[in-house]
Amino acid sequence: MNARIVVAGASMAGLRAAEQLRAAGWTGAITLVGDEPHMPYNRPPLSKEVLAGKAPFESLAFRPRASVADAEWRLGTRVVAARLAENIVEFDDGEALSYDGLVVATGMRPRRLRCPGPLAGRHTVRTIDDAQGLRQALTRPGARVVVVGGGFIGCEVAATAVALGAREVTVVDPLPLPMVGPLGELLARALLKRHEERGVRFALGTGVTGFTGDDHVTGVALGDGTVLPADVVVESVGSVANTEWLDGNGLDLSDGVLADEHLRVGGRPDVVAVGDVARFPNARYDGVPRRVEHWCIPTDTAKHAAKTLVAALTGTGHDLSPFAPLPTFWSDQHDFRLQSFGAPVLGKEDVRVLEGDLDGDVVVGYHAGGRLAGVVALGGQAAAAPASRYRAELLKQPALTA
Amino acid sequence: MKVVVDMNKCQDHGQCVFAAPDVFSMDDSGHLAYVSDPDDALRDEVEEAADVCPLQAIRLEG
Ligand SMILES: Cc1cc2nc3c(=O)[nH]c(=O)nc-3n(C[C@H](O)[C@H](O)[C@H](O)COP(=O)(O)OP(=O)(O)OC[C@H]3O[C@@H](n4cnc5c(N)ncnc54)[C@H](O)[C@@H]3O)c2cc1C
Repeated sequence: MNARIVVAGASMAGLRAAEQLRAAGWTGAITLVGDEPHMPYNRPPLSKEVLAGKAPFESLAFRPRASVADAEWRLGTRVVAARLAENIVEFDDGEALSYDGLVVATGMRPRRLRCPGPLAGRHTVRTIDDAQGLRQALTRPGARVVVVGGGFIGCEVAATAVALGAREVTVVDPLPLPMVGPLGELLARALLKRHEERGVRFALGTGVTGFTGDDHVTGVALGDGTVLPADVVVESVGSVANTEWLDGNGLDLSDGVLADEHLRVGGRPDVVAVGDVARFPNARYDGVPRRVEHWCIPTDTAKHAAKTLVAALTGTGHDLSPFAPLPTFWSDQHDFRLQSFGAPVLGKEDVRVLEGDLDGDVVVGYHAGGRLAGVVALGGQAAAAPASRYRAELLKQPALTA
Repeated sequence: MKVVVDMNKCQDHGQCVFAAPDVFSMDDSGHLAYVSDPDDALRDEVEEAADVCPLQAIRLEG
């Protein structure tokens, strides 16, 4: 059989997709195309152990399953265009490759701030190369660090920078509390307190208007007129989906690539999307398609999408029920962990402490219409164990519509 | 089939427990315990557990 599935994007979602294609019975060729020079590696340690100098690159590499030993890897190669009607993808080296099935797994890249000022000294954290560059800057003695963005990556980087002995670490965010979007006010306030107690400063309710310095950043100018002195700036202000290569195919690329309840793209049976780049409806909640940038999603989407695609390509029927993953998410900051199950955002109006207390190990429940929509644990092991009990409860719930 | 967990890497996330409850469990203090020579019928479960370990600390041998 000469049939071929091309996987565009060779990181976690790409690798899991290839493995799941084999698990779903695909015996044809699999070609993975990735623009990074590295084999797929694990990103969460980039803002934690890698920055802290505790994890060498080799420890991050995923161990591919034996079933994909014969897959073809085109690393350091970018997909620049796709002609879906002709089943062809084009690479930056000029080659065009035809496929029977296509997996979109191109993920995200960091959003950058568009403000006046020098570029040198400004970092983002998405790739191993980013993390190594940032580590070098952070370990210069007496570094003054400004982290722009109080989301989970910003909070993690701030915590790691404090641990590395930076002179000053300040998180800037136009919102009034760190991670308030995913966590809601009650827990975000507890998080703020923990960070402050461990030496992180915050400039909240104000945004960045520019950077000072001639050829290297010396400071960060804020909307309220202050200028924070800075040698190192980390921009963690969200991400942009890598979908430009899909332009011209009439797809909805307004935020990632729109997929249906079986992760099919553009109504085509031969194209599926997986990982951070996929915007899909979750049958567990409302019908609104969303992107989910959590570590468990590449694996969850790969499993479902591979079944969809293999069934279509081999002409076997499939009676999959619609994709309905239970979202889970964690974040390690200082000496504590946040662990989230379900959809806390759907229940931010009705937040209750389920176990423990906000100054110690705590499990918080988010309710919608009186029902549990999500739980978040904050603290050490003593919070993690009960949180997983609530996970079981969340799994048993019938679909929740917001 | 032999399951090996690198306990130096393990950070007790518990994702493996959700994927393969017959093989992995958490004790009351939230620490991982596991069966190192599970039945071969559980191979799929264990492979999934290895995939979902955020620290990639689980290895399958044989
Ligand atoms: C610093 C950091 C920390 C994180 N920490 C956590 C955490 O603690 N908990 C948690 O739940 N989640 C965390 N995440 C999120 C998690 O890592 C992501 O959800 C996951 O990596 C997504 O994988 P992906 O394969 O979909 O996308 P990506 O990892 O973005 O992979 C996409 C790949 O495609 C390549 N590519 C893009 N365009 C093209 C093209 N045109 N041609 C060829 N290749 C292309 C990219 O270079 C990249 O290698 C973290 C993410 C980061 C960046």
